[in-house]
Amino acid sequence: MPRSRQSRIGRQPSQLRIKLIPPLTVVIGSMITALPIITDYPILPPMGLLVILAWRLIRPGYWAVWAGFPLGLIDDIFSGQPLGSAAFLWSLVFILLETLDRKAVRRDYWQDWLIASTAIIFVLIGGMLIVDFRSNVLRFDLLAPQILLSVLLYPFVARLIGAIDNWRVAA
Amino acid sequence: MGLLLLLISFIDPQGFSALRTIGAEAVAPISKSLSEIGGATGSAGDEIAAYFNAASKNAAMQRKLEQYRTEILEARALKQENERLKDLLKLDEEVPDSIAMARLISSTASSARRLATLGVGSNSGLEAGQPVRSPEGLVGRILETGPTTARVLLVSDGKNVTPVQRASDSLPAFATGRGDGTVDIQPINIGSNPFKTGDLMITSGSGGLYSPGIPVAVVIRKTESGAIGRVLANPAKVSHAIVQPIFQAETVRQIEKDSVEDVEQESGE
Repeated sequence: MPRSRQSRIGRQPSQLRIKLIPPLTVVIGSMITALPIITDYPILPPMGLLVILAWRLIRPGYWAVWAGFPLGLIDDIFSGQPLGSAAFLWSLVFILLETLDRKAVRRDYWQDWLIASTAIIFVLIGGMLIVDFRSNVLRFDLLAPQILLSVLLYPFVARLIGAIDNWRVAA
Repeated sequence: MGLLLLLISFIDPQGFSALRTIGAEAVAPISKSLSEIGGATGSAGDEIAAYFNAASKNAAMQRKLEQYRTEILEARALKQENERLKDLLKLDEEVPDSIAMARLISSTASSARRLATLGVGSNSGLEAGQPVRSPEGLVGRILETGPTTARVLLVSDGKNVTPVQRASDSLPAFATGRGDGTVDIQPINIGSNPFKTGDLMITSGSGGLYSPGIPVAVVIRKTESGAIGRVLANPAKVSHAIVQPIFQAETVRQIEKDSVEDVEQESGE
């Protein structure tokens, strides 16, 4: 990343691109439910969440603490969850990450993955309990394939977002 | 703030449906064209599984055996259903067969809710509450409609309760979704658990929403108080869904009217 910056010294990428790309990719991630994948049980990783987590961990400075709310709201529109569930859970994740950022000095790749996995598990289970608390409280096995898939997919999403981020800041 | 919205969507689940419908409408062109191209996404998982199984012949054969076993059960259930349907022929004549036929274009595959999107909407005369079925059995019912899309609440959704009966002896029961392609079948007569593996459950027509005699599920396992059934119409494999009119629309309308009047009376007092 620094190399690409140095090689184009003096050129500034457009502000619009810098500002708009991260939320835009999150919304596109949320729209994954538009794919004609019809399943009997939850299996598709929550791409909106994976993308926003990757951005949040790569660029902690970019995001305001409240950013999880509007983007979660958009995710709710497409995910079929009751409106407000992702808005609430994503906000909570953002607040937790913010407090974490103030405490921890630095993180490495594995810690990032661990944090992202915890957040994914938290949001998926939380979302399930919001849908129906009583009948779902003992049925977390239902989410196991989705959680596994999401956790394993996260490094790839982080790679992709890293590449997009390079392109975003490079002119 | 999010919690507040969440509360609102619990208190008034219909309140945000317009917003969600806009979302569904906006991505419908993508879903529709993609489902036209790759119509066989539902079987993609099976094909991948088959690839892995090919490595070991033994596993494949075991699977075949399992499959035949369920097929025998299904055949037995179908025989029951056949007899039942012969009795119901008279009733069937009264119900107009279908309003529209369409593909399921997408589903909430990343959420714990089980909703699917249908490629037709209110422009084709769809209304909330109408049952959706496929040749295999009941798929669900319409939850909300947009001009060209409609959300279908699948039978396996945790919030969907279907009045059912056993095909062989009309034993009444309720089927509640479990969110994973199975339903929890609870008999109305509490205290007895008469279900056997392989029993076919069909809609009973009570409540006036679904016409009687649509196959819903086959019992796969007994539980303490009822049984677990596998939904017959797997949405992943349903190529086309048929939207039917509400079985007894008059009754349903009357019930809704009554409840509205009750509320008005209460608020008046």
